[in-house]
Amino acid sequence: MNRHVSNETPPIISVSSLWKVFGKNPQNALEENYRSRTRADIQQELGLVVALRDVSFQVYPGETFVVMGLSGSGKSTLVRCLIGLIDSTAGELNIDGDNITTFDAKELREFRRSKMAMVFQNFGLLPHKNVLDNAAYGLEVKGIDRDNRYSIAREMLNKVGLAGWENANQRELSGGMQQRVGLARALAVDPHILLMDEPFSGLDPLIRRQMREELSLLQSEIQKTIIFITHDLDEAITIGDRIAIMRDGEIIQIGTPKEIITEPADDFVKEFTQGIPKTKVIDIKQCCSVPDVVFSSTDSHEIVRAKMDHANTDYAIGVDAQERYLGILCRNQLDSIADPTITIDSLVDSSIVSVLPGTTLDEALNFLSDQNLPIPVVDESNAFIGVATQPDLLKVVANDL
Amino acid sequence: MKFIQKFRSPIFLISAICGALIASVIIHSIKGEDDLGYPTNIGPEISNTIDGFLAWLVVNGEWFFDGINDNLKIVLGKLREFLVWIPWPVMVSLIFLLGWRLGSFRIGIISALGMILIGLVNLWEPAMVTIAIMAVSVSIAVIFGIPTGILMARSNLIETLLRPVLDAMQTMPSFVYLVPGIMLFGLGNVAAIIATVLYSIPPCIRLTNLGIRQVNPSVVEAGESFGSTTFQLLSKVQLPMAIPTIMAGINQTIMMALAMSTIAAMVGAGGLGIEVLRSMGQLQEGQAFIAGSAIVVMAIIIDRITQSVVLSR
Repeated sequence: MNRHVSNETPPIISVSSLWKVFGKNPQNALEENYRSRTRADIQQELGLVVALRDVSFQVYPGETFVVMGLSGSGKSTLVRCLIGLIDSTAGELNIDGDNITTFDAKELREFRRSKMAMVFQNFGLLPHKNVLDNAAYGLEVKGIDRDNRYSIAREMLNKVGLAGWENANQRELSGGMQQRVGLARALAVDPHILLMDEPFSGLDPLIRRQMREELSLLQSEIQKTIIFITHDLDEAITIGDRIAIMRDGEIIQIGTPKEIITEPADDFVKEFTQGIPKTKVIDIKQCCSVPDVVFSSTDSHEIVRAKMDHANTDYAIGVDAQERYLGILCRNQLDSIADPTITIDSLVDSSIVSVLPGTTLDEALNFLSDQNLPIPVVDESNAFIGVATQPDLLKVVANDL
Repeated sequence: MKFIQKFRSPIFLISAICGALIASVIIHSIKGEDDLGYPTNIGPEISNTIDGFLAWLVVNGEWFFDGINDNLKIVLGKLREFLVWIPWPVMVSLIFLLGWRLGSFRIGIISALGMILIGLVNLWEPAMVTIAIMAVSVSIAVIFGIPTGILMARSNLIETLLRPVLDAMQTMPSFVYLVPGIMLFGLGNVAAIIATVLYSIPPCIRLTNLGIRQVNPSVVEAGESFGSTTFQLLSKVQLPMAIPTIMAGINQTIMMALAMSTIAAMVGAGGLGIEVLRSMGQLQEGQAFIAGSAIVVMAIIIDRITQSVVLSR
């Protein structure tokens, strides 16, 4: 989603040293001599299961924060602690200004009604209610009257593309549609934070990708803070602004998708990221070079021809007096024009698409032309930065394979 | 766990049985059979306590039980009068409609034919009396059974406490329930109703408990995550989703109540049960068979209709 998140705004969620231990007398696992022992040791000696071990992280407003891990890594426990469905054993959970570990039942209820909403892997829809009533459930428990809650629920169902399905029963919906209802139900209460616990894991791959894209689109519109749980790194990278990788109840690494892939914290993360093409996260900036020939629009045909001869290349990049990118001039184009009165900038091929330096290689590869020309890279004000040649791009892709 | 597994191993079991046999032989050879009686008998003490409690209840709870007795008698009397007052063709059509709308056309036809059959053997009026007694007992059982089942589902402690009580209630011979009924309410329909309620309430409690506990935990979790209160969770999520199971429990309760109707006749309940008893007492096997069959026919009708409610959900 590539939203710029400033670290200067205070975090909306701040988790520090969070522990969750399942079993009788869970505090025993937190004692000095057990704290640092492995999960298996603690389970064998104390009969306790450490689900979360010293978890700390911050999430900033508007950010999509992905928690990724295999099953049993504690990611589902973590998200349930955030909404108070599971009581944590130790540590602090500051959400939207409140330490929710100190909440009593009533405060927790108010918190859930106003600040957070959750989307579940198994949808968690009420089978005896129709789509509209399901989407309105959060508003119903809040005590909002029928007309108001129905109109909000309708709006949300529209937003997730389920207009016209209001009276349908859950049984009539496909998995993807059921999850849209789950999403509409969560959005209807207008939460500050949206928790999504493997929302797309139960769907088939095609629908999953489609839902991901729709979520990205929706997020650019609603701008919620999202905590997204997944076991699929591919999904994490597509959706997340930042990713936390969990194993055995601990967070091993937190970083942007690019950091996770290019600088894995340990072998575990590395192994995880192996299947992910680096082209998905590496910017074109990194394989950008200065072209052999750059000419200005005031240069004459002969000078440009001489420069190209000298560099033994068959293309040149044209820029104007302000160093702004004009286009690519091909050698055969230049040779076919004998009339020296035609200005050189009218010869350049401006149909070649230029890209921003932040474009990922994956996207940039789409713009490779079949004339063996490089991809020009320009900044927002169209100032020329450099080119990515096909051999350079292919080198990165080949290294990746 | 390993410790327990060791005790479950067949070798351990076989050696334990052998050990017990050897011990028996040794004890017999030392003492002889006559000396092996129990040192004391605490049975009379327990039964005396129960007798004392019941006697106390009869004296001190008279106002309470008399109140129940009088009111139930009035309700039952009115209901019986009403059911008998409805002309049989109207009742048969009504039952046909009920079977048809709740179940299927087939169930409607079968139910109507069953009722006509009961009329043909001249048992219409006793059948209406039985229906009245059933209706009152089952209503009471449901009114107390469902809330008890809900409490049981909400608390593991209550479940642990109630489970052996329910087990006992279901294994207890049904005659036993007649005794407190007679003591507290005297002979008659009310004692029969109380006995029937006690005998038939366990499935309603059990299946309400089961139904609520079986509700998909992820749906309950979703309900909680949106800030439902305990009552909202119960009324909007758990109970609606448990209804098929609860209905199955009510169906069982009705069946058990019907099964009790002959036994309840011993304390003076009217209806088909008393027909069976009377015919048997007069050695009219044929008439007893007919009256017994009428109970079976009613059981089939009620079962088909209530079950179709369960299945259609």
